[in-house]
Order: sequence, then structure tokens, then C-alpha cells
Amino acid sequence: MSAFIQAKLPYLLSGISVGGQYALIAIGYTMVYGILRLINFAHGDVFMVAGLLMVYLTTAMPMYLSIPLVVAVTVALGFTIERVAYKPLRSAPRMSVMISAIGVSYLLQNCALYFTGGLAQIYPAIPWLSDSVTIGGATTKIVTLVTPVLTVALVFALVLFIQKTKIGMAMRAVSRDFETSQLMGIKINSVISMTFVIGCFLAAVGSLLYFTNYPSVVPTSGAMPGLKAFVAAVFGGIGSIPGAVIGAFIIGICENIIKGLGSNWTVFSDAFTFVLLIIILLVKPTGIFGEKATDKV
Amino acid sequence: MEKTLKKDPAQKAGTAIAACLIAALYIFLILLDNVLPANSFTLMLIPVLKKGAIYSLICVSMNLLNGFTGLFSLGQAGFLLVGAYTYAIFSIPADQHAAVYQYFDGGAVGFSIPEALGKALGENAGNFLGAVVCIIIAGLVAAAFAALIGIPVLRLKSDYLAIATLGFAEIIRAIFQWNGLGPVTNGSNMLRKYTNFSAIKIGDIKLATAFPFFISMICIALIVLLIHSSYGRAFKAVRDDEVAAEAMGISLFKHKMLSFVISSFFAGVGGALLAMYQTTIQASAFKSAMTYEILLIVVIGGIGSVSGSCIASFLYIACNEWWLRFLDSGSFFGLSVPFFRDGFRKVVFSVLIMVIVLFFSRGIMGDRELSFAGLLRRHKKKAASGAEGGGQA
Repeated sequence: MSAFIQAKLPYLLSGISVGGQYALIAIGYTMVYGILRLINFAHGDVFMVAGLLMVYLTTAMPMYLSIPLVVAVTVALGFTIERVAYKPLRSAPRMSVMISAIGVSYLLQNCALYFTGGLAQIYPAIPWLSDSVTIGGATTKIVTLVTPVLTVALVFALVLFIQKTKIGMAMRAVSRDFETSQLMGIKINSVISMTFVIGCFLAAVGSLLYFTNYPSVVPTSGAMPGLKAFVAAVFGGIGSIPGAVIGAFIIGICENIIKGLGSNWTVFSDAFTFVLLIIILLVKPTGIFGEKATDKV
Repeated sequence: MEKTLKKDPAQKAGTAIAACLIAALYIFLILLDNVLPANSFTLMLIPVLKKGAIYSLICVSMNLLNGFTGLFSLGQAGFLLVGAYTYAIFSIPADQHAAVYQYFDGGAVGFSIPEALGKALGENAGNFLGAVVCIIIAGLVAAAFAALIGIPVLRLKSDYLAIATLGFAEIIRAIFQWNGLGPVTNGSNMLRKYTNFSAIKIGDIKLATAFPFFISMICIALIVLLIHSSYGRAFKAVRDDEVAAEAMGISLFKHKMLSFVISSFFAGVGGALLAMYQTTIQASAFKSAMTYEILLIVVIGGIGSVSGSCIASFLYIACNEWWLRFLDSGSFFGLSVPFFRDGFRKVVFSVLIMVIVLFFSRGIMGDRELSFAGLLRRHKKKAASGAEGGGQA
């Protein structure tokens, strides 16, 4: 029994850790979808860009400067994307905005390809986070243990922010009814920008944690985690922050359990996420914590 | 209405011009394959023409779904994959199976349709007919997959449909890479040695470039006929207003399913042609990025325009593989430009695409079609207004 646990524990641990990282990305998806009804396909690529920024900035400056700078630049990138690519299309059909998001994703990936020259960039070891630690006979990095704690702390802070502050209240109002909140004098553009800023901040933190577990960053690194985080957001009920977090943990853990089943099944670890998506869309399209507003036209 | 259009002289002249141009095109393509010398120009032109023809079909098949039926599906890469694999599996010669399926004891299929037909009809006829048969099977298998996927997925709306079809494409990719199906799909290894364009000949005449044009043109013509039929009008009605369409007695699910299955059939055919073009295929290449690329071409051409999709495909492929190559090469008319290095072409390209998406969201053609009759009429109108001295544009 203990041998079994020893063999399977690493998968469970990394599942929890990956789940936390997906959760940080998923919040960005769920908040943007809640407000703009837009699947922000570029969010996964913003996450990848944060990873690449870390690679480049650590070669130029010490770690204590580069980490805040990575977060700041990622936030600025998210803000710019919203202003340039989504804001002009606010009155356009929803599909045009989605196509624009796909275009931004394509642009970010190609820019990354250009700057990296197509080579995988070695991710720097962050002191302390990258150190190894042994639990119950399983060796893992400290980041694996830090991620769930940090995720829960950040989510708690975010929920407080949304419940207690004025801009948080504005966000809730906008996600409930876009037009009416505009009529009530809410500055819709600043609320939307704030949503992107928060989403990208969390994606940047997520990328610091996620890539510490992986040796390198490539231009397509963001695509899969991005899609999975979106599925997590749908699973938890789109627009709901606790839902996205729980969905992300479930997906992260299940995916790693499948990886632990044996090499024959590893191929399905990505596909499983989508099976889960299709099941939830068919059984309960609003997700676990989704609001049951069906008569919206 | 139809009858009055047919009597229109501009329509007649337009049809005649189109027929002449198509004939000239095929003569040129056959000359290109057989007579014209291979130089740096034709070496660039031939792949662009082949790939452009294939992408035209793929983009039109996506446009049928996204532009004409209003179903925002992102599963195209999955159906291309099914088509490409089906084609390859049935056309790898029997004696090559041991080499291709080296990790799976020669695989489970053990026969090849072009080879079997070749024994009965001679090698060239076998290759030609075998390729056509395999392409049709590829389309049918992709359509069968679509019919299965469509039952759950088509009940979803707009962006949920998009993400669910994207998910199914990923699931299909995982299934084809699974070692459990290795004897058929070769697991995550590549499939090769199957019949490709260079084997397509009639007598001594090579048809390597004419063949993809031939297949694509037939398929696109079928799609255009479908769009103009009563089914096509029903598709457009579903696109414009689902509730109104249903009230008019159009079965939503039936028509969505029809559009989805037909679009996937042609995507499967496109996948088979892509496999022929590439000469080797691997499931890992059919990622969602491929669907995005196709979608962006459709957007450039104009969502809801068949001719727009074709024009955009050729433009995209020509720019991507030929005209914008200099951006990657580090020099521009002899000047060395330091930031012109690998990948810069793609950056310029994606910026252009963003400009089109943001500022010219109707694309090249909008939802209009290019027709010679229309051009003639416009030309006549211009001439007439010019003669009258009216300055109206």
C-alpha cells in the first residue's frame, strides 16, 4: 500500500499544483467572459508571453527586479490588447470579437516565434521555489506546495475585492447587465480594463509558478494550458470565480491521475479535459456554480 | 427570377468567359507539369498552386459552416486529420506496410486500394481511380465522425459550440495518436509511402498540379450548387434568424446537421488532398492552430463568400510561401536588414490579419461573389453612364 502511495503521490501532488496554476489562468477567462461574453483566446498566449519575459528579463537584471517587472509588463500587455483589439469591436457581433481574439493569439505566438527564433527558452530557476523537497517519500519542488496555498490566498483576496470595493461592485453590475449598468453611470471601459488587468496579473503569477515546473518555454506553451483553463471556467460555471478554481483543481488532478495510469494512456491526458467539457455542456451547460439565468435574450 | 437571369446576355457572356478561363487554366497546369522547364519561378509556383487549391476547398468547406449556416465551429483540424489519415491508411502499398508500420508488425490493413485497382486496370489508371476512391472514402469517414459529433454538439449555441468542436478536434487527435489503434493509425508515428500527386498520370501526361485543382473545383462547384439549392436557402435562413427560420418550418437540427456533415465531408476530402501534397502526415500537426489559420483565411476572404475564400487562400499561400519570403531572408533588394530574420514574415502577416479583422471586417469580398457576369454588367453600366456624361460612380 505504501509503495502504491509512494508511486502515485507525485502525480497527485503535481495534479494539485497544476490545478492551482490553471485556476489562476481560469479566473482571467471567467471574469472576461462574465463581463464581455468573449472567450479570450489570447489569454493563454499572454500567459506564455509572461513566461518568455521572465526568461529574457532574468538575463538582464536580478530576480527581485525581474519578477515585479514581468507582472507589470504582462498587465500592460493585457490592457493594451483590450484597448487595441477588443474595444473597437464593442458594438460588433460577438463572433467578430472572438475572431479578433484568435487573431491576437496568432499574433502573439508569431511574435514569440520571431523573438525566440523557434528555440525553446530555458526557464530560469527561481530561488527557493525551485528547490526540491521530499514528502512521504516523493520528491517534488517547493512550488508544488506553494501553488495551492498562494492560489487560495489570491482567490480569497479577489473575492474580497469584488465583494467589498466600489469597482468590484461595478464589475458585478456589468456582468449582470451590460447596457443597464452603462445607463447607471458606470464607466464601462474602466471596468473592462480592470478585468483584463486582474486577469493578466493572475496569469503572470500563474506563469511564474507553472513554468518553474517545466524546463523551458516555447511559443505554443500557452495554448494548451489556456484551453484547459477555459474548460475549467466552463466546468465551474462561467462567470463564477470559486467555480473556476474548483474546476481547475478537478481538471489538474484528473489529468495527472491519467498520466499516472501508464504510458499507454498519457495521450488522453489532454483529451480528457475536453471529454469533461462536452459532458458538462450536455448535462449542465451552466456549469457547477453557474447562474440559472436562461431567459436572457 | 431564375429564367430572367438565364436570358441575361451578361450572364451568358460571363459563363463563356469563365469556361474559357477554366480551360486555359487546365492547359496551363498540364503544360506546367509536363513541358515547362523547372526553374526557380516554376519551383515556387507549383507548390503554391497545389496548396492554394487545397486550402481553397478547406476554406470553402469551413465557410459553408461558419458563413452560410452561422455555426461557429472550430473543429476543422479534426476533420482534416480524419480525412488525411483515412486516405493514407487505404493507399499505402501492401509491400510498404512492414516499413511504415514498423512498430506494429506491419499494421492491420494489409491492402491498398490504388494497388488493387492497379492490378485490374493498369498502374496509372489504378493510381488515379484509387486516389479518387480513397479521397471519397476519406470524405465519407470524416462525415461519419461529424454525424456522431453533431448529435451532442449542435444543440449548443455560438461560443459553446466553438469550444466544444475545438474540444472534439483535440479528442480526435488523441484517439489517432493512441497506441491502442496503432495497427491502423500507426500511433504517434508518421504515415508515408502512400499515393501522392506525383503518381497521378494519364498515359505519359503528369497531372501532379492539375489533379488537386480538378478535385477542389468539383467539390467547390458542388458546394456552390448546394448553397443555391433550397437547402442552401434554409441554411442562410438559420444563420440570419434561428427563431424565424424555425417558425417558417425549417427544422433547425436537421439543417444544422446537414451543413455540419457536408462541410466535414469536404474537409475530409481537403485533408486527403493535403496528405497527398505533404507526402507524409502525422497527427501532431493537426492542432487547433491549424483551425485558427483556416478561420483567418476565411475572414480575410469574407465570411459568406465562396470566391472570397478561394482568392484569400491563394493570396495567403502565395504570400506565406513565396512573396513574403524575403522578410525571412535578411536582405531586401540587396540591402541587409537586421530584423529581417526567420519568423518576421509571420509577424508581418499576423499584423496584417489584425488590421483586416479590426478595420476591414468584411474581408476582400464581404458576402458578395466574384462573377464575370457581374463584372461585365458593371463595366457596361460604367460605359453607359460615361456616355451619358453622368459622373455617378
